[in-house]
Amino acid sequence: MQNAWKGFTPGDWTKSVDVRDFIQKNFSPYLGNAGFLADPTEDTKALWEQVQGLYQEETERGILDAETRIPSTITSHGPGYLDRDRETVVGFQTDAPLKRGILPNGGIRVVKGALEAYGYQLDPMTEEIFTSFRKTHNDGVFDAYTEGMLAARKSGIITGLPDAYGRGRIIGDYRRAALYGLDFLIQAKEAEKRQLDMDYMEEDTIVLREELSEQIAALKELVAMARSYGFDIRRPAENAREAIQWTYFAYLAAIKEQDGAAMSLGRVSTFLDIYIERDLRNGTLTEAGAQELMDHFVMKLRMVRFLRTPQYNDLFSGDPTWVTEAIGGVGLDARPLVTKTSYRMLHTLYTLGPAPEPNLTILWSEQLPEPFKRYVAQVSIDTSSIQYENDDLMRESYGDDYGIACCVSAMRIGKQMQFFGARANLAKALLYAINGGKDEYLGIQVGPEFAPITGDTLEYQEVMRKFDQVMDWLAQLYINTLNVIHYMHDKYAYERVQMALHDKDVLRTSACGIAGLSVVADSLSAIKHSKVRVIRNAEGLAVDYEVDPDSYPAFGNNDDRVDELANGLVETFMNKLRKHKTYRDSIPTLSVLTITSNVVYGKKTGATPDGRKKGEPFAPGANPMHGRDKNGAIASMASVAKLPYKHAADGISYTFSIVPKALGKDAASRVDNLAGMLDAYFHDTGHHINVNVFDKETLLDAMDHPEKYPQLTIRVSGYAVNFVKLTREQQLDVIHRTFHEKI
Amino acid sequence: MSATLKVHSLESCGTVDGPGIRFVVFLQGCALRCQYCHNPDTWKMSGGTAYTVEELFAEISKYKSYMRFSKGGVTVTGGDPLLQAGPLVELFKLCRESGIHTALDTSGFLLNDRVKELLGLTDLVLLDIKHFDPETYKAITGAGLGPTLEFFEYTQAQGIPVWIRYVLVPGLSDQPEHIRALAAYLGGFQHIQRIDVLPFHKMGEYKWNELGYEYKLGDTPEPSKESLVAAMAIFKEYNLQVATT
Repeated sequence: MQNAWKGFTPGDWTKSVDVRDFIQKNFSPYLGNAGFLADPTEDTKALWEQVQGLYQEETERGILDAETRIPSTITSHGPGYLDRDRETVVGFQTDAPLKRGILPNGGIRVVKGALEAYGYQLDPMTEEIFTSFRKTHNDGVFDAYTEGMLAARKSGIITGLPDAYGRGRIIGDYRRAALYGLDFLIQAKEAEKRQLDMDYMEEDTIVLREELSEQIAALKELVAMARSYGFDIRRPAENAREAIQWTYFAYLAAIKEQDGAAMSLGRVSTFLDIYIERDLRNGTLTEAGAQELMDHFVMKLRMVRFLRTPQYNDLFSGDPTWVTEAIGGVGLDARPLVTKTSYRMLHTLYTLGPAPEPNLTILWSEQLPEPFKRYVAQVSIDTSSIQYENDDLMRESYGDDYGIACCVSAMRIGKQMQFFGARANLAKALLYAINGGKDEYLGIQVGPEFAPITGDTLEYQEVMRKFDQVMDWLAQLYINTLNVIHYMHDKYAYERVQMALHDKDVLRTSACGIAGLSVVADSLSAIKHSKVRVIRNAEGLAVDYEVDPDSYPAFGNNDDRVDELANGLVETFMNKLRKHKTYRDSIPTLSVLTITSNVVYGKKTGATPDGRKKGEPFAPGANPMHGRDKNGAIASMASVAKLPYKHAADGISYTFSIVPKALGKDAASRVDNLAGMLDAYFHDTGHHINVNVFDKETLLDAMDHPEKYPQLTIRVSGYAVNFVKLTREQQLDVIHRTFHEKI
Repeated sequence: MSATLKVHSLESCGTVDGPGIRFVVFLQGCALRCQYCHNPDTWKMSGGTAYTVEELFAEISKYKSYMRFSKGGVTVTGGDPLLQAGPLVELFKLCRESGIHTALDTSGFLLNDRVKELLGLTDLVLLDIKHFDPETYKAITGAGLGPTLEFFEYTQAQGIPVWIRYVLVPGLSDQPEHIRALAAYLGGFQHIQRIDVLPFHKMGEYKWNELGYEYKLGDTPEPSKESLVAAMAIFKEYNLQVATT
């Protein structure tokens, strides 16, 4: 430890694993502007050019290459290099860049299907092993699913469930590898296991003992994987380059072992800054060298790949991996956690150009240094590649060393994990209330059978009474379904290395979600404040509605007559979730988030009483419905900001798109106005916001000439994508969404 | 019974009508009939939605955070707000008590006691000067230039900051000699914070057609970048702060 920790201020962190304490004792807040940043080096440019060449090939072929035989484990593949002489940070998931591994523990059918979709054949022996000899998560889940769960899954009232792929949304504390080295971590885990030598072996203890053994085995594999690249990570990192490499190796082990929907990185920039600052002080690193390290690190993060089926792409378009990195925020002692490496991380959007990954997330606080606020606003205006979340809101619950899992979900790093639960379609639930539990698309009974509404016009009290019953049923079914999934995931696809980088006792949440919030709020508003006529088909099923779209207050206009309905929905559904027993006593939470799946959810949902037609997309996340927010951009933000975070603690996603001119007349006022807007939105308790700044014409041109815009990045609900990688349907949805352009 | 204002529409995210983020109140009613007006639907006093001063202030107050953090405020435009100066005085009093910055976007066609009282509560005037030649001014707006200049000189006397806005319309208001004369006149005043030279656009043309008015500028092109820069350069010659477009 002598060399590795030389020059660092000691503290509790030197005695036991406590990365936060290390950061707090050693980081240097940076209050200045971006003037110090360096341009990319020649090596960086050469490497990035090479990567772009690979991207192009990948785009043409769908995927660049895939493994077909050997399941991916921490040590299964590699080493793999891009250009050994130029790379300062090394390591790929397989033995070659962008070559996708296979992870059949989640489910062999998905692996086979995905391979075949891209013209590859799964090795018959591998298939045989995972069909005859080794059960998968997917098999386990379907063994335990009830008929009700299967029906809900089929109708799409609950969708996107992680029952055939990795659940993700777990953030290992990858920094621990760098700070402590693996010997220290393995010893700590062994000590934890010794604590579990009880007089009476209860199930909880047995489970945890087995898990700890798995964790220790995974850490040893991580050592072996690093050794294959020529590094001894049993000892702690001794300089910035090693700190980045060790952190990346730990992350790499996680993505070799798991193909979770979202594989966040955590909160590494300010941690790494401590090493960079020490090297700069010692004269062993220059600013150009520091930027080069971050550039090469980020290049690797941009090359994370998982093998997905085309159906998955319908839901989550553009090959997202959610390598989410949280930047900034303020400490409990009020010192901003902004360092020069916060800037260096963001600067990669210039040195390498805009990109959707890593999913750079600014933890915004009123107390952030003004130059930093202005810099990130500028980055948004230039690149549309970053998102913002409310640090002042989250710090209260999560302290000052939390990360963001996936898009919007905060969790203490290394101390908390979640059971990802996708989302329930509340708009469909409302239609079930009207149709007595029958699905308006399939015509079959999915919900509990009760008397449908038979009147010609909808009556608010009656609808609400029945809707409440449907939500009761849905909440119970939803939690039970998640319990099945996560029991099986722990059993068949446990995240060994990620959990090895957590404390022994973690806080778990069951992260539920809802889709269609604004559709339902508007529907209820239409029923309450206007007249909605029901149109039924021959079987008596309500299939369409007649309503004057201008006759009721719509969500997104900062009008409490409807905004209160939206708030009430969130609170009501959350309280219903809270009633139920969850797997491993996890705490139920809720998100208002849809990713790009608002298009698919809309497709599966009949016409709704707000006047939305059958099959039309929902608004993404917590957004107001397209074109109904008529009082301008700020009114729309204000409605969303009112949604109660305490009842949607897994996050409330809002996507904001504005044309540059509407942000201000000149470059300086655009930056000032955007920074002011963010301050106000978060001051008024908004939780999350994606910011897109561009002209509609750019997007239309990119649809016709994708080759001109390989790096055009836009924020959708909770993540960013290459616009040209979206399906045409999703591209149109993005364009049709409210663009604030009034000037 | 509190005073009411006739409101055409509200916009929560104004970023060009004054500093910072503005809550913009479009009032109903205008005294001028400018040929290039893009809001002819605000001309008549009839129509619009009646808000009591308190109701409108409550609406404005919802956006206090945005005004505070962006150093913005409320901008009242129209139409022409001077036509409703009486109730506006009440509104601006409430704004001032709450520390909300107020801007008045007007042609300055009127200066009576009510308007003077209103100006006493106004933090910034956005003054449209349509032309500097009285004849052409009359042709463009249907009214005289004199009151506007009188209004302008009053703001100087009261020390109220002013942004001047000049709409550049090819063939109508792009004569260099008249622009120069205006610039020379304005150059003598210290309370001008900036000049906005605004390019003519036809985004309001459809409204003229809908309202059954005859739009005379259907064949007029939007000004070229060069003519815009040239007009801006003239103002700059007289040491005026010209906003970049």
